[in-house]
Amino acid sequence: MAELFTLPVLLGIIYSGIRLATPYLYAAIGETFAQRSGVLNLGVDGIMLMGAYTGFYIAMKTGNLFFGLLGAAAAGLLMGLLMSIVSVSLQAEQGISGIGLNLFGLGLSTLLFKVTLGGVESIRGFQPIRIPLLGQIPYLGDIFFNHNLLVYGAFLLVPLANFVLNKTTFGLKVRAVGQNPQAADTLGVNVTLIRYTTVCLGGILAGIAGASLSLALINLFQENMTSGMGFIAVALVYFGGWRPWGVMGGALLFSFVNALQLWVQVKGINIPSDIAVMMPYILTIIALTLSGRRARQPQALTKPFERGEN
Amino acid sequence: MKKIVVRIALLVALVSLLLSACAQPAAPTQPAQEEKPFRVAVVMPSTITDLAFSQSFFEALKKVQEEEGGPSKFEIAYSEGMFNVPDAAAAIRDYASQGYDLVIAHGSQYGTSLSQIAPDFPETAFAWGTSLDTFQAQGINNVYAYQAESQEGGYVLGTIAALMSKSGVLGVCGPVNAGDAKLFVDGFVAGAKNARPDIQVNVTFTGSFSDVSLMASAAETHIAAGADMLTGSSQSVVGAIGVAKDKGAYWFGTQWEQTPVGPETVVATQVFDWTIVIRDMVKSVRAGVLGGKAYTLTFKNGGLKLVYNDKVPVPDDIKAKAQETINGIMNGTIDPLSGPKQ
Repeated sequence: MAELFTLPVLLGIIYSGIRLATPYLYAAIGETFAQRSGVLNLGVDGIMLMGAYTGFYIAMKTGNLFFGLLGAAAAGLLMGLLMSIVSVSLQAEQGISGIGLNLFGLGLSTLLFKVTLGGVESIRGFQPIRIPLLGQIPYLGDIFFNHNLLVYGAFLLVPLANFVLNKTTFGLKVRAVGQNPQAADTLGVNVTLIRYTTVCLGGILAGIAGASLSLALINLFQENMTSGMGFIAVALVYFGGWRPWGVMGGALLFSFVNALQLWVQVKGINIPSDIAVMMPYILTIIALTLSGRRARQPQALTKPFERGEN
Repeated sequence: MKKIVVRIALLVALVSLLLSACAQPAAPTQPAQEEKPFRVAVVMPSTITDLAFSQSFFEALKKVQEEEGGPSKFEIAYSEGMFNVPDAAAAIRDYASQGYDLVIAHGSQYGTSLSQIAPDFPETAFAWGTSLDTFQAQGINNVYAYQAESQEGGYVLGTIAALMSKSGVLGVCGPVNAGDAKLFVDGFVAGAKNARPDIQVNVTFTGSFSDVSLMASAAETHIAAGADMLTGSSQSVVGAIGVAKDKGAYWFGTQWEQTPVGPETVVATQVFDWTIVIRDMVKSVRAGVLGGKAYTLTFKNGGLKLVYNDKVPVPDDIKAKAQETINGIMNGTIDPLSGPKQ
């Protein structure tokens, strides 16, 4: 075990953990907005795939990564809009329609991938940017301030989301709609509009989460490349008690343990690989059970809103 | 009432939008009716362009199709992306009831399902891999089995990697520690250790054949731990090859040529050539034998091939050593899971 607690290994774990946390952060922060307004979107994984595909395809065809990123956000927006129509306007059961959306995203991204690309190709994605001064700090500079743009963006998103949710009128409306849509409605808040906005915002961020994989971290597209990350992101929202900082804590914990288990295997520590691979999931479940934050759950989560009904 | 009408209208609009978005997959071209073609159906876990397990088999099928005289003589139907076993089982049953001459379940995870389906269609020939179990012990006589002796190529690639490594550390990015991947990894480790006893080989498994992201992190971790030569198996390795490319490490592939993902990163690949297996199965089925035989791909029977990437130079003495190793495996003086026999 001692070989795990050396400086290079610890630095390696933190560096990989930060990178691994990036897609989860975008997706889970977006999902936090949707859930705070009362909509559970289980289609995050499918949206991520659409974002990953669209971003990759556009970046490859135009040679411009930023166009790719915009395309991913647009694809996420469309998927979010679809989810809003189904779950807000049509008032479909949110859990079921989310799973449907996920399968739709999985199927459509695979189909488009096969029709337009045919096989796996890679591109040169966003490169690490060393932040001046901070990046020169020994050790810390390497692990915290030498990442690509999308990694920085994910971590800047956390305080921003926290500010929007807690300090702005829009955030207040979102929280009101998620707690008691009837009361919010009588006070003149447009419940439908707020929910459309949050679900679409969640879609945009899930699209960017996908692009963070295909344009910054892995730099290629393959069918089902998220392999269930979107569902982990939904779990992280619960884990984080519907608060951006909590979500970040959960994403980092999950990612650090995932990075740790790879090092456990690399260092040949005598644990079966199957157990090592399970570590992040087991830990997440334990933390989820112990956290006992159900009280923070938005009261109207998964409940469709119909004016005049109670 | 108005609300309901609006909702239905929205729903109709939505469904029609979705339907128009989903293009119909191209139907397999129907061959001319005058002569009855040989009809093969295959069910695969990943796609036919996965640069790995599924592609290796599909390319072999296409090659045999060409030899047989094209789609009018040799019809291929396939279902790809069947990572979900119950779906795959339904597809296998479907193909069998449509009267295909040979139905292939290309994935060891499909074995249990196949052993339940095959007895229901005694007139149909089935095949599955990678495995050597034809279910004859269970009284089933219409199933072929096939397996690649991946450890052979693994051993040779391990030898090359160990001799080329400057850091003395190799990284193996495994998917699931079972079946074909396990054979390959075990062979690679044995080859490396025999070529260079002081070599350090670090092995990781992600627990998934499809988790590209975790595979990329595994490769990153190996490189951070000092590895300069990496290998791995399954369709998820594309993530790892990308990392190797970015960080200037080299990659050794298996199953199918992975050079397109890293034109200057992939040193050499063990390529599976399933044509010998398919040819023999087709011949046997035509002769009325529907199963009961297990095939293997080896260097000796030409089913395994070592393919170098011209863009990455390998020193001649190492190439010579690799060829010597292949010869040793072919004539039985080297056991690819342990080393030279005394």
